[in-house]
This record gives sequence, structure tokens and C-alpha cells, in this order.
Amino acid sequence: MIPHLLSMQDLSVDQITAILDTAETLKEIALRPIAKVPTLRGRTVCNLFFEDSTRTRISFEIAAKRLSADVINFSAKGSSVSKGEGFKDTALTLQAMGVDAIVVRHAASGAPQQLTRWVDAKVLNAGDGWHQHPTQGLLDLFTIRERLGHIEGLRAAVVGDVFHSRVARSVVQGLLTMGAEVTIVGPPTLLPPRVDTWGTAVSHDLDAVLPKTDVLYLLRVQQERMGEQFFPSSREYARIWGVDRDRLARLPEGAVVMHPGPMNRGVEVTADAADAPNSMIQLQVTNGIAVRMSCLYLMLGGEDGRAADVGGRGSNSERVEA
Amino acid sequence: MTAPISATVVLADSDVARALKRMAHEILERNKGPDRLVLMGIRTRGIPLARRLARQISEIEAVEVAAGSLDVTLYRDDYARTGPRPLGQTSFPAEVDGKVVVLVDDVLYTGRTIRAAMDAVMDYGRPQAIQLAVLVDRGHRELPIRADYVGKNLPTSSEQEVRVHLAESDGVDEVVVATAPASAASATTPLATAAGPTRPTSPATARRRA
Repeated sequence: MIPHLLSMQDLSVDQITAILDTAETLKEIALRPIAKVPTLRGRTVCNLFFEDSTRTRISFEIAAKRLSADVINFSAKGSSVSKGEGFKDTALTLQAMGVDAIVVRHAASGAPQQLTRWVDAKVLNAGDGWHQHPTQGLLDLFTIRERLGHIEGLRAAVVGDVFHSRVARSVVQGLLTMGAEVTIVGPPTLLPPRVDTWGTAVSHDLDAVLPKTDVLYLLRVQQERMGEQFFPSSREYARIWGVDRDRLARLPEGAVVMHPGPMNRGVEVTADAADAPNSMIQLQVTNGIAVRMSCLYLMLGGEDGRAADVGGRGSNSERVEA
Repeated sequence: MTAPISATVVLADSDVARALKRMAHEILERNKGPDRLVLMGIRTRGIPLARRLARQISEIEAVEVAAGSLDVTLYRDDYARTGPRPLGQTSFPAEVDGKVVVLVDDVLYTGRTIRAAMDAVMDYGRPQAIQLAVLVDRGHRELPIRADYVGKNLPTSSEQEVRVHLAESDGVDEVVVATAPASAASATTPLATAAGPTRPTSPATARRRA
């Protein structure tokens, strides 16, 4: 069992394989006349989002509902967070109300880890700062395995704004754990410090890397996180690091293109490249639901998968009162 | 006190073959032919049994009858107690609307697996009827469920273990009743490899995943 899902780094090959295998079976539920199973009846999942998100929140919500869990959506806007309620008090409130799982997104790296100290619920990290986004990494691994049959031995290139990207940290760790070779490609200003310790190759020449790439993973240029200039202009970025039809043509036969979304069409990827036949971008979104169902299924079973015990569990209820 | 586990073969391979042949005829008789039949084997040992029944029916009627597989894990009532189990594939050979779905399993025991299987089938459509075929009915029902077609009624005590071996998975067709030493229920552990869906969930057979 996975106690909490905080970082790709915590997951072993066996655990990742179990999550992907389970997701493979659960994916079929979406195709049924009644696209729902009763497995998580009586469990409550709270989506606790301190940052904006569309696809991740909706994906988790659909995943929980397909398993018959009750879902509460809590976003910082329009909640008592805008009245100044802190992260800890919000967490303790959810604890007191008795939720079994908290899906959390927060601008601060490490916030989900901190949350596990305050609540009995299982915590699933839906993105924390520049740190991790493990379900995104898992759905990417799932999509690669589904499309290419295996992960081990594949050559992956992760291109672009690695510095600001929690997705990159999760997906690179996942690929390395599963035995893929990874090359990080981007301008030096957008590569993280100590990237040499990541266990990957590093390149500043996209065109040289393309012919040796089975999985081309494009990252979003996170303009909203860029307080200062990291590159001269979007147009220059697109010319040197953006992927268009011409660059797609340099990939080997059978290679796939991925992007975690949302895309800046015309910056890291052109519109026609994003919609090319070997683009996995829509499939990634579809697979996200099955992978998140798998995580919830594997985490919320058994006696210890249930935290909803309102007023019980001495230690934490005391803390709420204190 | 340290008596070894005694195991008795109650059905040999020819008995299993005869039982399945009779059940195939009964299924056809009851349903007036093979036209609306959908045979669904419950994972794991129900699946080869459903295939064999389908083959028998195909031979008798000279028409192709397909068998599917049903994994009921997501419908079980013990997820909140024992935790997640590995999932298997479910595949229907045909639409179920208006059909007669015959659930096939190796051992009928508490009835909880069959309850879960009926819920699973209903999520795929509205069958005209659901029927149940089992190779062994060992009693000890905990739900109001009974089988329509039974290979052998086998009165057992709940301490005993009924193991169905099939050529497809175990190399031989036989049904064995094993009696564990009364002193230690956990002595059934070595037999847990034969655990099928209808088995009582003991700590030894309750598999947990990462």
C-alpha cells in the first residue's frame, strides 16, 4: 500500500508497475454503459486547490466519482482562505469534518508533506510549487507504456522550461526509475542548478537530440512563474526550442510527442505539431483519469484507508480543539 | 494434534467431465437452446469452466457459443476491510441486453462473490435473466443465493477447504476436500495458492498490494 502520494521519488519500480497495471484495467470502466463502479462508496475525497487548475482538478474529480467516492471541491478563491484562514487551519477543518483523502495543490513546495503531519487522511500531491506532480508523471508513464509497449530502454528527451517545472521533476524521476534514458534539453537559463546530479544527459541542441529520441516530452513555458527574463522573446524561444512539423519529421519512426498541458501553441509547440498523429497530448488527458483512479483505489482500501472518523482519533481532534 | 492435513479427492477428472456435460445439457434444456446464452466465467477458475461449458454447448448444438470473463474485485464488499486486490480483465463476448447471462464459478460458498458478479453484470446492461452454474456447491451461504446448475453438492464444514484443480491452470482436473488440523486454522496457509474468488478470506489469503 502507498501511504501518501507525495513524490515520484518515493515510488519503487514495483509500486509504479502496480499503479500502471491497475490503471490499465480501470481504464475500461469509462467505456461501459454505466461508467461507474461502487468500490469507494462511503469514502470522501477533498480536492484542496490553492492554485488554479482545470484539468488536474477535474481529472481527480471524475476519477473519484467513477469509483463512487464523494467529492468535495475546495479552491482557495471564494473560500475562507480569502478571509485569511491559513493552510493549517484549513487542513484541521477538513480533518475535523472527516475526509479520507485530500488531493492538494499548493504554490509552496513541500506543502503536501506538511499536510500529512496534520491530518489522518491520505494525501495525494496534485502539484506543489516547483517540486513534484506525481500523478502527471504516472499518467505519462502509463501513456508511454500503452503506446510503445514498454518504458525500459526508451530514449526520452524532456525539452524546455525544466527550471520551473514540477512536471519535469516527476516525469524524469519516473522515467529513470523505469529504466529509460533521459536527456534534458533547453537553454541554460531554464535548466535547474545541479542538473548534473539528476542522472540524465544534458543538451543545448534540440536538433541534434531529435533523431535519437523515442519520447519527445515538451514542457510548458511557465510565463506566470517567470519574474525576470529567462529568454529574449517567445518568438526566439519558438525558433530555437519550439517543435513544428519540420522538427517532428526528424524524430525516428514510431516516436511520440507529449506535453502536460496547458499548451502555449506557437511557443513550445506549433498548432499543427500538437495535433499531429504521433501527438499523445489528448491521450495523456484521457489516461489521467484511469491513473488517478488507480492511485485512489490502491490508497483508500482497508481499515487504514478510512480516516473519516469525525470526533474520533484522539490526537488530531485534540489538536483541532487546542 | 500434529496430524497432517488430510485431503480427499471427491471428483476425479472423469467426474468433472461428466458433471460439465450434464450441466451443458441442463443449461440448454432450461433455456430452450443456445440462442440467447452469454456464458461468463468468474475469475479465476470460473473462466476455464465457462469456456468448457461453451465448448460442450457448441458441440451439442453445432453452433458457436462464446464465453467471457468477469472480474468482480471492484464490486466486492470487503474492500473497506481487507484493502485493494489485484484487478483482472472483464470481457463480454456479446451485448447482455435481453440475453440470459449464465455466471460460471468453481465453488459456491458464502454467495458474496455471486452477489458482486450480479452487480457487475448489471452495469453492462439489462439481461433478460441471470443464472448460476457452479462445479461445487459446498453450502454455508451468507446471502439468499442458490445455483441453477450444480456439478456436485458437497456438504462441508467451514474448517474444510475445497480446492478445484483444472487442467488449464493446475495440470489436472479434480476437486479435493482438505481438512486442516482442528487446532490451527492457519494451517491452511500452504493451500492458499489454490485460493479462488469464493474462498473464505483468511489473513493468509487476503492479498495486499504495494
